[in-house]
Parts: sequence; structure tokens; C-alpha cells
Amino acid sequence: MNAPARLDAQVNGDCAPVLRERGQREVFCGLTGIIWLHRRMQDAFFLVVGSRTCAHLLQSAAGVMIFAEPRFATAIMEERDLAGLADANQELDRIVAQLIARRPDIRTLFLVGSCPSEVIKLDLAKAAQRLGEAYAGSVRVLNYSGSGIETTFTQGEDACLAALVPVMPALPADAPTNLVVVGTLPDIVEDQFRRIFADLGITHVGSLPERVVADLPGIGPNTLYLLAQPFLGDTGQALDRRGARRIEALFPFGVEGTSDWFHAAAAAFGIPTSHVDAVLAPYRARGELALLRHRDRLAGRTIFFMPDSQLEVPLARFLSRELGMVLTEVGTPYLHAGHLARELAALPPGVQLSEGQDVDRQLDRVRALRPDLTVCGLGLANPLESEGLSTKWAIELVFSPIHGFDQAGDLAELFARPMRRRDVLRV
Amino acid sequence: MQLAVWTYEGPPHVGAMRVATAMEGVHYLLHAPQGDTYADLLFTMIERRGKRPPVTYTTFQARDLGKDTSELFQTAAMDVVARFKPDAMIVGASCTAELIQDDPAGLVERMALPLPVIPLELPSYQRKEHWGAAETFYQIVRTLADKSRRPSEQASRRPLVNLLGPTALGFRHRDDVAEITGLLGRLGIDVNVTAPLGATVADIERLGEADFNILLYPETGDLAAQYLERTFRQPVVRTVPIGVGATNEFVREVAALAGIDPAPLLAQEESRLSWWSRSIDSTYLTGKRVFIFGDGTHAVAAARIAHEELGFKVVGLGCYNREYAREVREAAKRYDVEPLITDDHLAVESAIEAAQPELVLGTQMERHIAKRFAIPCAVISAPVHVQDFPARYSPQMGFEGANVIFDSWVHPLVMGLEEHLLTMFRDDFEFHDGAGASHLGPGHAAPAEQPVAAAVEAEASGWTDEAALELKKIPFFVRGKARRNTELFAAERGIATIELATLYEAKAHYAR
Ligand code: SF4
Repeated sequence: MNAPARLDAQVNGDCAPVLRERGQREVFCGLTGIIWLHRRMQDAFFLVVGSRTCAHLLQSAAGVMIFAEPRFATAIMEERDLAGLADANQELDRIVAQLIARRPDIRTLFLVGSCPSEVIKLDLAKAAQRLGEAYAGSVRVLNYSGSGIETTFTQGEDACLAALVPVMPALPADAPTNLVVVGTLPDIVEDQFRRIFADLGITHVGSLPERVVADLPGIGPNTLYLLAQPFLGDTGQALDRRGARRIEALFPFGVEGTSDWFHAAAAAFGIPTSHVDAVLAPYRARGELALLRHRDRLAGRTIFFMPDSQLEVPLARFLSRELGMVLTEVGTPYLHAGHLARELAALPPGVQLSEGQDVDRQLDRVRALRPDLTVCGLGLANPLESEGLSTKWAIELVFSPIHGFDQAGDLAELFARPMRRRDVLRV
Repeated sequence: MQLAVWTYEGPPHVGAMRVATAMEGVHYLLHAPQGDTYADLLFTMIERRGKRPPVTYTTFQARDLGKDTSELFQTAAMDVVARFKPDAMIVGASCTAELIQDDPAGLVERMALPLPVIPLELPSYQRKEHWGAAETFYQIVRTLADKSRRPSEQASRRPLVNLLGPTALGFRHRDDVAEITGLLGRLGIDVNVTAPLGATVADIERLGEADFNILLYPETGDLAAQYLERTFRQPVVRTVPIGVGATNEFVREVAALAGIDPAPLLAQEESRLSWWSRSIDSTYLTGKRVFIFGDGTHAVAAARIAHEELGFKVVGLGCYNREYAREVREAAKRYDVEPLITDDHLAVESAIEAAQPELVLGTQMERHIAKRFAIPCAVISAPVHVQDFPARYSPQMGFEGANVIFDSWVHPLVMGLEEHLLTMFRDDFEFHDGAGASHLGPGHAAPAEQPVAAAVEAEASGWTDEAALELKKIPFFVRGKARRNTELFAAERGIATIELATLYEAKAHYAR
């Protein structure tokens, strides 16, 4: 809505200035993260304290309903809850009691803040403390915000993981060095990574989050952490505050990114490069072979990223360097210059980055450029397709196993498929 | 607060979106945070529309609160006018914006924009999607309908009607409108305006030119129909033409208002449902236990078809929209069932489990419930998912609608003689009720572990082995009932152990 301000905040010498826009943002709020987080943490339940809109978002964004009773729900606020905070707190206690009675298997309860709960200043941190004391010994109660006024899509996971950091057990100063892999990964990818870490000789490896919240890894001055996702700014800060140190690396997308990620981890553990090369060689070969199939179709084709998941920068790096795609605009809701430093340096010179969004102006640019592929949200995909532009739904990138060597080919396939489809269709 | 996992209706502003998206040249400016833009996907993904809904969200953030959210709103209003050049704009607040009290109505009024602007008050913490659609449509009609328009001289033209209520994202609205427009045309009646679906601002202006109104969807159109009745003295046809009987009544009612003789059309047109249902193959449909849940209008219509036109037995009837509870209660009385008025899908699930129907007619929620219980199911009402927006023509209304209903309700069931064979030879290792109907794919087979039967078989304590074995030979969809009846029969007579004979004595007792 406002004129795009061209700031000369160079992120690094090679990139064009970052286009910062403020206007209508066509992105999900952080509540959406619950859809994958609740499957990951099997002893946790997510209770959104919000409105009918929040409940409707969760069921619509999930696309298909997860009909085995999901481990999330919404406490929908009604007229009388707005009258006074005392009553709202009482109501919340009642709802939580009802929930825990129905799901006695729950060990961790997340109270998730929404726009309405934040606007009326319902203090969920206090509520979590109160309820945590009430259910001490049986249910741990944590809170975070997934609201659309505070968080964008994947930032919901960031807020959730940041809320878990304080409850990670403390490790003493003389504990052996341990590694924490941060960010939700599909089980299959996590297992692959654990095998590779073991082959490398890194044995103390934990995950944030773990499949069961009760198994959270310990943290102390000898803890190193490795981000598996690029959207974990607050979680990183929380880990830093507890004395852990981040291992700087590319994100594990594609063969190059995954190799760099493991190399960086191994280097931090003092493992010789030659050993790492030897361990990774067969994985790299497999990954490269899988990519080969897709390179023909993707090389030289243009791609435009609408801001969505914050995965945009690392994925753009992968597509341009390993598959030869031509980046037009790489939009991201939020550019975390620190965590993305290596990624940004690896982008080809002159790439147009954009942060924030004014969706109508951005669509004007898409229509002017007519890229071969546009990565965008679910609300925009069919309208662009009907204008003859191929699209890739961004949300699939968050819901599919795309990290690591053995998924590099699948990741490329996600981008190749819409184009292949356009090529085969004769209707 | 209300604990909810899935909801039947979205918030009221989603109802407003359904109206704006249905219309041409109307833009909706919604004061809302970014996450609320998810609602676009309902239209672009679920309904597969090739255009973005005409909605601009202000997407204010926490840092805007308390300083410039109202400025944001005004800038957005100016941008909408400049970029989309709509013929009219509706403005309102989502649940969050309602709390920050920016007063969108006052803000746009002060801007004196060069087009009609219709402010909406949709209380998000009290009302829901259908009401939001109805209220939005009413406000649009109230503001834009030209009060000076009246029907022209009758002598020189065919009777003229408005079709009210169809929206975007409605269950089969696209095809219902086509079907009813065609039916009216053959009857000698023209459609003046269909609204909101496909209507322009100019169309709304000339609503007053129709002789009377036809209310196709009361949930979304009744407030506007009442207003037009008061303001233009246009009578309203409220019979919803779903099913053969209702369509016949609809035709007679419409013809009476138009001064036309319906007999020729009714003699000529008939739904195939009538013969298909009377034909001998359909005998096996008699008394099939059916559970019905949906919006009030569709649920009541489905119950009548089930009862009168297919010979089913209605064993459950309910709706999720309280606004139509009265109609559903009345209908439930007719079929002698307890009405279920709730928007808690878990309550619906328990009711279905308890009723043990052989067919569930419901929304996408009931489809999931039925799938878990391995009960055949057909969808009759919103909310629906992408597969319920078929590519082919498939109305629910009119004579063709009745044909579609016959097919889509009967198809999931096991066919006549096949059902007998399944019952006769229950121990065949390939051909049993777990294998499902032969015309359906493997996905339709009853799973080995299905809650209804599992609950029944959990522990047949107090049964002899022989009697328990016999119980298993009863088809799974009536097994629970047989067991309950037998146990009740035994308890009433102080029979401690249920033997084979007890089972058949109870059967004879309850058959009377
Ligand atoms: S943007 Fe805010 S109000 Fe909307 S769904 Fe997300 S948390 Fe709820």
C-alpha cells in the first residue's frame, strides 16, 4: 500500500539492494505450524486460545483433515469472554480441565496465543504458570504466540521451539560436547541424519523438538547446535542465552547444502575433513545422480519466489547452483541476515531479494516477468495458473521431506513436476 | 469459550467473502491481520476458482496497533479504488479488528469515496458464516436496490422472478441455479436477477423489477428476501425444490404466483427418481437406516426424500446452524427422531455411533466420521471439500437434482441381491461384508477393526459360545442393535446366560 521503499541496506556486496515492501501480506500466521508440530511431538497438545477464525484457519490450511482426533484444538472465545479478563482466565481453566480429562495421555500442553488473545491482553504466560502449578507432576504447560500480528507462518515453529528451550535439561560444564539439531524434520530425514552423524563419529546428537517432549536433549556450555531450518531466529537466540553455540553452515538442502552442513558440524567436533569426505562420498554421488534427471528440465528456466516460509533463500541457492535455474525475485517474509549470511553469499550476483510484501505490486512484477515457475501460497496458485503461469505451492515444501542427500532429487522433482505437467497437457 | 477441533462454519466475515466473491464488481475491504488471508484458498483451492477473491486485507501487525491501523485502513481503501475500480465496496472488520475498534464504517464515510460503500457490522464473537453471508447480502440489497424500480406492465411480457441466495463456495449452487433457471424457462417464466451469484451492482439495482422472488437458499438469502418483501411487496416462494415432491410443490407454487397452468409441464417432466425408486431392484432400499446431518435446509429436504421417495428409515436428523433449529425440530417430529442441534462434531459422532445407521447423509465432517465407522456416506450439505465441486453437471434441485440424489445416495450402498448373498454366506473367505460391495473399490470395504462392530464384539459376556457365534453372522450394521435387544430381552426376563434360542426369541419379540 505504501510505496516500496528501496533501502540501500546491502546484505552483501553481490546482491542487488533488498526491496522492502509494506502492504497486503498474503501469508499464513504462525498458528499454521501446529499442523506439523502436533504430529512431531507425540506427547504434546496444542490449545489455541483464539477465535472461530483461528479454528477455521487450522482446518482450512491443513487441506485435508487429519481425522484421527488431532492433538490440537481451539478454545474459541465468545462474547462473554471479552467482558473481563478474570472471566476469560476462569473459562480457560475450565477448557483445559475438560481437555485434560479427555486426553489424559497429554504430558505437555502448549497454550498458543492468537491475535484476539493478544489484543485483549490475555496473559498466557501467567495462565501457563498457573495451570502448570495446578497440574504439576502430570502435565507441563508452556505458551507461545502464533498470532498473525506477531508471527508469519513458519515463525510459529520458531516461537514454539523458543518456548521449549528453557525446559531443556541443563548439562554441567564438564559434560562432553553434544550436538542439537534444531528444527522439525520428517522422521525419515532425521533417521538418515542420525546415521550419518554416527558414521562421522558424532555420538551425542539430540533434536529440538524431539518426538517426545520428555526426551528433550540437554544443554550447557559444551552444546553446539546446528539449524536445520532457516526460520529459527528466536530459537537461536534462546539457545545462545543458555550458552550453546551455533555452527555456521549452509542449510541442508541439495547436495551442496547438505555436504556443507555435515562438514561444518564435523569441523566443530574436530573430525578431519578427509574422513568426512569419505563418509559423505556415496551419499553425494547418489544425490547428484538424482539431480541429474531434473537438471535438463530446470536449467535456464526462471523462477520467482513469493514470500512464504522463509525457506526461499536456501532453496533459491539450491535451484540456482545445483540445477541452473535463473532467479528473478526471491521474496521472503523476513530476512534473517545472521543465520542466512552464508546462504546470501552463495547466491548468484545481482539477485533481487525482497522482504515483506505488497501482494498486488508483487503480482504485477510476476505478470511482467512471466517466470517459468512461481512459488506461492495456496490463495494465489490457481489464479496464476489460470493466467498461464506455472506455480508451485509453497506449503508443500514445508510438508514434504526435502532435506538431505537422499531427498535432493525429490526436492528438485517438486519444482520440475509443474513444468513437466504443463509440457504433457494438451487441454 | 468453546472447545473446538473442527468447525462447521467459519467466522461471519467468511460469509461476507462468499457474497463478494460470488458477485461481479464488488470489492471487500477487510480490516484483518495477515493470517486471515488463508480464507482466499477456500475459493481458489476448494472451489477451484481461477481468480483471487475480490478481497483486500489490511494485514495490520502488532507494531501498528495503537498508532496507525486506521490510517492503514484508509490507505488500503484508496488503493482498492485506484487498482480494482469496483462498482461498490463493502468494508468491515474480522474478529481481531473488531477488538481494536477502528470503526471502518466511520473511517470510509469520512473519506467520501466516489462509489457506494457498504459498511458491515458482523459480530465475530456471536455469529457465524451463514449469518455473515445473509447479513452482507441484505446490506448490499438494502443499499443498492433502486427503490423506484417496479415490474413493468404484465401484459407485454413473461413473468419475471429473482433467484435469491446462491453464493460462492455453496454446495452445488452453480448447478442448482442452472437447473431452476431452465425449469422456470420451460414453465414460461424469466429470471430477472440471480443474486448474489453472478450479480453486478446494476443487477442489484433492478431487483424491484421482478414480480416475485424465489428463495433458493434461506440460510444466505432470507434476510434480503424479507427486505424485498417489505419494500417492494414482492411475494417470496420459500419451498426449496430439492426432491421430487418438493419440486412438484415448487412448480405449483411458482405457477400460481405467475398465473400459469403448471399441469402441462408437470405432465411432461418427471424425475427418473420416481421410477428408479419404484422399480423392483430398489426393494432392498426399504427401511434402510439413514442418519442425516447438515445445514437446516438441506437436512430437512434430505429427510423428506429419504422417507417419502426412497423408503428409508430416518434414524437421526440434525443441523449445525441453530438459526434453523425450529425447522429441523418440526421435521424430526414427523420422523419420530430426537433432533440433534449442535455444532460440536464429536456430539454428531456419538449420535451416529449410537444410531448405527446403514447410510450417513451429511457434510464433509460426517463423511470422515462415516469413514471411520465404515458406514456408506453421501454428502448433502456444506461444508464440503474439493471433491464435492464436481466438474460434471450435478445439481441437487429440480428434477435433474432428484436424479443426481438417487444416484449419489444409492451408489455407496451394497446392491440388492448381493446384500442377500452376503447375509446368506457369511463365512466365505473372499465374499463377506468386510470385502465391501463389488461395484466399489477396495477403499470402501469395511475395515477389519471398525469401532461399531468392535464395540459390539468387545465382550459378549453372558453369551454362550454358540450364541456369540451366531451373533457374528448378523450383518455388522445391525449386529449392535441385535445384541442390545437380546441383552435387554434377557435382562427383562432374568435370563442370566444368553443361548442360541434366546437370540431368536428376542428377534421374534422385537419383530412384532
Ligand atoms: S491471523 Fe490472528 S486471528 Fe487470524 S487466524 Fe491467525 S491468529 Fe487467528
